[in-house]
Amino acid sequence: MKITKNLALTLLSAGALGSAFVSTCAFAKTDLSLWYHGAGNKVEAKVINQIVNDFNRSQSDWNVVLESFPQGSYNDSVVAAALANNLPDILDVDGPVMPNWAWAGYLRPLLIDKNKIADFLPGVKGYWDGKLYSIGLWDSAVAMVTRRSTLNEVGARIPTIDSPWTEEEFNGVLKKLKATGKYDYPLDLGMAESGEWFPYAFSPFLQSFGGDLIDRSTYKTAEGTLNGPEAIAFGEWWQSLFVNGYAPGNSQDPADHETGLLEGKYAMQWYGNWAALKTLNKFGDDALFLPAPDFGHGPKIGAASWQFGVSAASKHPQGASDFIEFALQDKYLAAFSDSLGVIPPTQSAATLTTNYRQGGALSVFYVLSKAQALVRPVTPGYIVEAKVFEKALADIADGADVADTLDSAADEINADIEKNRGYSR
Amino acid sequence: MFRLDKDNPTLRLIVRYMVLTLIALIFVTPILFMMMSSLKPDQQLLADTSSIRAFLPIGDISFDNYKAAFERAPIGMFMLNSLLVTGVTVVLGLLVCSMAGFSFVFLNWRGKSIAFSIILATLIVPFETIAIPMLLMVSKLPWLGLDGFSWGWLNSYRVQIIPFIADGLTIFLFAQYFKDLPKELIEASRIEGCSWWQVYWRVVMPLSGPIIATAAILKFLAMYNQYLWPIMVTQQEQYRPVLVGLQYFFQLNTAWGEVMAYLTIITVPVLAFYLALQRAFIASIASTGVKG
Repeated sequence: MKITKNLALTLLSAGALGSAFVSTCAFAKTDLSLWYHGAGNKVEAKVINQIVNDFNRSQSDWNVVLESFPQGSYNDSVVAAALANNLPDILDVDGPVMPNWAWAGYLRPLLIDKNKIADFLPGVKGYWDGKLYSIGLWDSAVAMVTRRSTLNEVGARIPTIDSPWTEEEFNGVLKKLKATGKYDYPLDLGMAESGEWFPYAFSPFLQSFGGDLIDRSTYKTAEGTLNGPEAIAFGEWWQSLFVNGYAPGNSQDPADHETGLLEGKYAMQWYGNWAALKTLNKFGDDALFLPAPDFGHGPKIGAASWQFGVSAASKHPQGASDFIEFALQDKYLAAFSDSLGVIPPTQSAATLTTNYRQGGALSVFYVLSKAQALVRPVTPGYIVEAKVFEKALADIADGADVADTLDSAADEINADIEKNRGYSR
Repeated sequence: MFRLDKDNPTLRLIVRYMVLTLIALIFVTPILFMMMSSLKPDQQLLADTSSIRAFLPIGDISFDNYKAAFERAPIGMFMLNSLLVTGVTVVLGLLVCSMAGFSFVFLNWRGKSIAFSIILATLIVPFETIAIPMLLMVSKLPWLGLDGFSWGWLNSYRVQIIPFIADGLTIFLFAQYFKDLPKELIEASRIEGCSWWQVYWRVVMPLSGPIIATAAILKFLAMYNQYLWPIMVTQQEQYRPVLVGLQYFFQLNTAWGEVMAYLTIITVPVLAFYLALQRAFIASIASTGVKG
């Protein structure tokens, strides 16, 4: 009797355990790790957490686990993790860096439906080597920020997308503003910034002159593009900004860069949409966000911000791609835009936003992005080209010989390409 | 009216104090700027940078930046991580490095000179050059912990502690200090029947207060200021130290007031540790009298 009782209890226990096991298996999800660069940004964290939570609730296969990193050390952390074979499933990547990470084998092509991104701004689509490796949930743009009253005071024409300032007009405006004696400098280029700001903000000037960081037809040489006649013309114009006292140079006080335009120390500022709201708050209707000047080859501004990609080490690329595709919904694109002031990548998302809908305070940036954006060179060598370009511009601003400096820069870029065997796969 | 000759003690005193005050100001003003700026809103902070107001608690003063800083980042956790990693490394480092120094100075063993030369040579190798080989190594090392056996040390405290316990500079400092200790004292201890361990623990270490304090301060600073290594080996927030945490405050529009508040908070342990050991350092010299 006792044996029968024990047997019954054992069977009952086994049954309960088995049932619990089956039940657990039925609800078991596979974890997908996601690395994101926004640690410390509460607003950004709120949106990304919302997307992760919504995705995790929306299906029963995957459970995305978010790990946020501070932006300043994010790239180093990813490179170190790649060396240690410790990459996550999903990671975000700065647009111009993507080709390097794809070439280095950190990323794999996305498995998402291309029709879903057909209407996205070109700058947010991370194509390299014919494959889509990353996609952004927003873009950024720069504009010539100033006040209507400032330009009216010197009788300057207010440029439009269809009719931007020519080089001559732009230089004339700077000269007139300088002559007023009211400003420390007519133009703040943001020289107090460093790093990616230089190629992002200033290489479009070079491209508008007809030069470039690299010959984009082959991506094998900078000879002729970074040191050709057009590039030298750009370099001389760049140097003239500092020689003529039109813009503060490398020693610009970061505090002045932050507040100079608002306090009237500068008449104009070449700056991005992320700082536009404070200008609007200060100047209201008087604030102007103007298109880049046309230096001969069309007005250009930079494009491509942070984007999501799938790591080559991921054992679940489909799940990782599913998450990215899920994040591309207009409501999330609009949420990022409203929270961070960034440019939504689709018109349909823009209509959901406060600032970028038609007639919105910052809608001009969407138009600028669509009309003038040119992505930085889509090549693994870009990360070196960017640093070489930054140093060359800083040297020229300090008075270095333009032709010699650009020659050296082109040589340095070519040497890097050669050292990496043309960055071929 | 003071006489301007070199024998005037009052004038010499005034000049000395003026020079010392100037030197003190050079060191104090950045800290003062940091502390005062941490109390001001960004707009005022940036406006004040070009004047003496930057060093004064005037204008719109509040602790709002501190509140915002604590909301932006898990500061308590970062502090705890840094203090844990630094504290354990300093204690173990002092023990291991002093024993190594003792061995180099007082014990005779084959290859001692070559080993010491190799350790000295490590002083000229920048950490950046060995960071990647170290990363590859620690990512594959085995570990037996409370949760069982595992491979790889990434995302842990041990990966931030163990590689830095022994270092060439601390061993060198201890060895140099031990060389100057009276040999008679060691010989007398041995004749009296002390084992080498007893000589080390009961004779040498109690006489080594100054070098312990110096080595502790240097090691504390090196560990507390770790940045490159933690960003390479800690992908999880729960293990991040204070300097990696500083990056949480640099966004597209940097909140400088919060940066200054965070810096003020994380500077406190460094100052406290230095001041505490400074007293120990002086007391140690006074009590031993060995270095006189």
